[in-house]
Amino acid sequence: MVEQTNISKDFPGQVHETPGGGIVLSKLDDLINWARSNSLWPLTFATSCCGIEYMSVAGAKYDFSRFGFEVARASPRQADVIIIAGTIVNKMAPVLKRLYDQMADPKYVIAMGACAISGGPFFYNTYSVVKGADHVIPVDVYVAGCPPRPEALIHALMTLQEKIKMGMTREQIKAG
Amino acid sequence: MVEEIGNTTEGDLIINVGPQHPATHGVLHLIITLNGETIKKVEPHLGFIHRSIEKMCESLSYRQFIYVTSRMDYLSSHINNHACALTVEKGLQIEVPDRAKVIRILMDELTRIASHELWWGAMAMDLGAFTPFFHAFRERESINDIMEETCGARLTMNYIVPGGLMQDIHPNFQKRVKDFLSLYKSKIHEYDELITGNIIFQNRMKGVGYLSPEDAISFGVTGPAARGSGVSCDIRKLYPYDGYENLQFDEILETAGDSFARYMVRIREMQQSVRIIEQLIDNIPEGDFQTKTKAVLKLPKGEFYTRVETARGEFGVYIVSEGGTTPYRIKFRSPGFSNLSALDKMARGEKLGDLVAMMGTLDLVIPDIDR
Repeated sequence: MVEQTNISKDFPGQVHETPGGGIVLSKLDDLINWARSNSLWPLTFATSCCGIEYMSVAGAKYDFSRFGFEVARASPRQADVIIIAGTIVNKMAPVLKRLYDQMADPKYVIAMGACAISGGPFFYNTYSVVKGADHVIPVDVYVAGCPPRPEALIHALMTLQEKIKMGMTREQIKAG
Repeated sequence: MVEEIGNTTEGDLIINVGPQHPATHGVLHLIITLNGETIKKVEPHLGFIHRSIEKMCESLSYRQFIYVTSRMDYLSSHINNHACALTVEKGLQIEVPDRAKVIRILMDELTRIASHELWWGAMAMDLGAFTPFFHAFRERESINDIMEETCGARLTMNYIVPGGLMQDIHPNFQKRVKDFLSLYKSKIHEYDELITGNIIFQNRMKGVGYLSPEDAISFGVTGPAARGSGVSCDIRKLYPYDGYENLQFDEILETAGDSFARYMVRIREMQQSVRIIEQLIDNIPEGDFQTKTKAVLKLPKGEFYTRVETARGEFGVYIVSEGGTTPYRIKFRSPGFSNLSALDKMARGEKLGDLVAMMGTLDLVIPDIDR
């Protein structure tokens, strides 16, 4: 009886106890989303400066493995989340689209830094910069900064986890 | 039949490395022609992070264009800013206060240590050792903290401006730098114990990727990559700027010309940077951190060129001015571009597995190459 009380406390709104105990009810989707959100494998993808802050987050001081992100994959086929760390230029845009297409569903996207959000410092007077990575692939979470602080990236990753738990990412809404 | 190395013949295998590949440290695309496991040709394919910075600078004023250069070689952002500030000062013919000069050199050398540390961690990671990455970032983070306190940014500082510095150093600066130096000295032996003396590491580095001094000069290779081949090319020694001529430090030269020599140059350079910082940290002169300049800078008509030594090599800024508030043309001479051009020469005849070790010792930063 005591154990069941703990379970409903650990999964608020997801696991419901029936009166009298014994049976636990939940939506299967909620459990799957909970499991997925705590084991996200990022793709090692960095085009410019933000990549260094991404490396800082992987380092011991900020350590994103505390939240289940430590398995950075070099192949998009094994990755769940792509962190667009840096500027996307016209020549890189088809490559980014291809990387995104190669990732297996469900897949999530974080736009890290001003360049990936809108072109940032390279918005005006350039002929080669894509003004925001969301022109190429759909983005779930945006992180502001040039480059964002490591704490900001961790916050973005945790925001993504919350979105996945609530079923609010673009992929999940599209799938219904 | 002896095949001529460099020409593609039937039976050759062509593989692509990148643009998304962890060992290219960014978005470099290499088209490699292989015969079995032997490299016949490496063709670098650039432009995946070409942000048209040079064109952009033509529409920015002389105060504004400096912030873009922080994003070029983001591991040496202070030194890039320094080069731009020096060029504009040369055009305006203004003298920088002594205090600003000393702080500039301190910042440059701290940046150099931070850059070499990141290189060391990434280089070991390329060769399959993950632990050094954490050791490198442990020290790098304390440099980042110092930078953040004084400049307000961890990576893209925009601190060195024409006429001096953006603002004065933080009151804690000297204490924090001294703390860092004592921490760094107590940890530096770990670098040698973990990697430099490691027999597996040495076997993968020694005799691999030979670059002769003649080739280094003809390809325009500069920085630690050229000094590993015994070419003396340290701008701080040859064309000293902002008071490097008054400092005691050695230009590190190795003569072997292989990957291990280039590795050792960087490891020993970090100790020289510590030596420079130790000479200056207690001797920051009092005074202004900036000379008075006009709000809108106008360079006289003419051409101006300055070069500095970044963590990667010789970085040059070439400004053509028509007398207006914006430059007519800016050209950046980035060290990475020339260093990358020597990769083909180094890699021919070597094994594919050693290519990553060679690229690692060139210490490429791709936005610096593409600009």
